[in-house]
Amino acid sequence: MNTLSTEHLIGIRDLTAEDLELIFKTADAFKDVINRPIKKVPSLRDITIANLFFENSTRTRLSFELAEKRLSADVVNFSAASSSVKKGETLVDTVNNILSMKVDMVVMRHPNPGAAKFLSERIDAKVVNAGDGTHEHPTQALLDSYSIRERLGEVKGKKVVIVGDILHSRVALSNIYALQKQGAEVMVCGPTTLIPKYINSLGVKVEHDLRKALEWCDVANMLRIQLERQDIKYFPSLREYSMQYGLTKEILDSLPNKIVVMHPGPINRGVEITSDVADSDQSIILDQVENGVAVRMAVIYLLASKIKR
Amino acid sequence: MKEQQVIIDSTHFELTINRLCYQLIENHGNFENTVLIGLQPRGINVLTRLKITLEKIVGHEITCGNLDVTFFRDDFRRRETPLIPSATNIDFVIENKNVVIVDDVLHTGRTIRSGLDALLAFGRPAKVELLVFIDRRFQRHLPIQPDYVGQRVDTLSKERVTVEWKEVDGVDQVVLFTPVENE
Repeated sequence: MNTLSTEHLIGIRDLTAEDLELIFKTADAFKDVINRPIKKVPSLRDITIANLFFENSTRTRLSFELAEKRLSADVVNFSAASSSVKKGETLVDTVNNILSMKVDMVVMRHPNPGAAKFLSERIDAKVVNAGDGTHEHPTQALLDSYSIRERLGEVKGKKVVIVGDILHSRVALSNIYALQKQGAEVMVCGPTTLIPKYINSLGVKVEHDLRKALEWCDVANMLRIQLERQDIKYFPSLREYSMQYGLTKEILDSLPNKIVVMHPGPINRGVEITSDVADSDQSIILDQVENGVAVRMAVIYLLASKIKR
Repeated sequence: MKEQQVIIDSTHFELTINRLCYQLIENHGNFENTVLIGLQPRGINVLTRLKITLEKIVGHEITCGNLDVTFFRDDFRRRETPLIPSATNIDFVIENKNVVIVDDVLHTGRTIRSGLDALLAFGRPAKVELLVFIDRRFQRHLPIQPDYVGQRVDTLSKERVTVEWKEVDGVDQVVLFTPVENE
C-alpha cells in the first residue's frame, strides 16, 4: 500500500491498519528531516493550507503550522475569536469564502462533533480533523501510537490504559481506535461518572481503581480533566479527583513494571499527574510533542499527494 | 512483449567498477576531503560496490552516506500514488567537502536535480561531482552531465535500462529492455 485509503482525515475509525503503518513509515522520514540543519523540504510548495480553529489550541495549532511550513506549503490561519463567525456566518459559508481564495487543504478544529465530516462532504478541498468536539482527534492518536512505537518497538500486544475524563475526551476515542487497529489491548480508567455508559461496545476493559490499572499496563496515557466541557459536576472536587486518579512518583515507583507515561497536554500539574512524574525519565510527553510535527507532516504529505492538478 | 538484451555482462561489470575506482582515486587521492553519497534506492548498490573496491585499493575507510531525494522531486502529485521515502543516512558534515554523488542510471537528470537540492539541506559542499554507472545520453530533460561514467548507452525514451546486482538480483549485469509493438 503506497497511498491512504481515505480522501480526508476525519477520524481514526476510517483508517486501516495499513494506513497507520504507511503514516508511521512516512513520519520516520520526516522525523529525520526535522532534525537536519535545514528542516524543510519543498514537496508542497504549490499547496495552500488553511488552519481553521473554532476552538482554542496552542500545541496542535503550532504543530500543524510547523508541519505545513516544513513541507513548504503556504499557510493561512484563522481563529474564530477574531472572525465573522461572531457576526453569524455559517461554517460552510466561512469555509467556502476561504476556499474561493484557492485553498487546497483545510485543517479544522471545531467544538461540534462531526463538524469535520460535515465539511468534507460539502467542500472541494482535503479536510484534516484537528479535533471535533468530543468525537475524534486523529492526529493526536497517531502521534501517541508513533511515540509508543518509538519507545517500545511496537504497539502490537502492548497494554495501554487511558486514565481520566474518557467521557469528554476525543483523544481517548481516537486512541482506542488507533491502538486496537494495531493490536494493542486497551483499558480505560476513571470515576464512573466520567466513563461513557456504552464504552464496552468498543471492546475495552474498564477499571475504576488507578493502582490496579497501572499494575496491568505497559503504557499509561493520563488525560486532562476537561472542565470547559463539564457543565455539571462529575466529581466532588479537583482535590478529590487528584487523590483518587492523580499519578504520583510514589505510585509510579511502587509499580512492578517500569511503565511509560504519556500526556496529550496541556498538563494540569498536580491534578492528573505530578511534576516529578511529568519530568521523569519514564515520561515521553515531550517526545510526543516532537513526534507530533513529524506525524502531521506525514498526514499532510500523504493527503496532498491525492490533490490532482 | 519486451525484448531484452544484456549490454554489460558480469566480466565487463567488474572491470567497469574497477575503472571508476581508479578514476576517482586519480582526482581525489586518498579521499582526505572527499565523501561519496549514494542516491536511494539503487545508487546505494553502486556505492556499496565502489566502497569495497576503493577501500581495498587505498587501504583505509572511505566516508559514505545515503541520500533520499523523495521530498525534493518535482513530480510530486503528478503520479498516481505518493512517493514513499527511503532512509537518508548522512552522519558527517559535508560543509567544504568534495562530494561525489553516485547513482546507477542517469536518464532525464531530474533525480540528480532533486539530489542537488536535497544535498544542500546538509550544508554547502566545496565541490559536487556526479558518478553514474550508466549514462543514457540524448535523453536529458535538464542540463546535467556526469563526471564519471561506467558506460554510455544510446536509447529511445520508451526503452528501459536496468542495472542488476549480484547481492540483490543474483547476477551482475546491465539489461536493455525494448518494448515490442504488437502487430
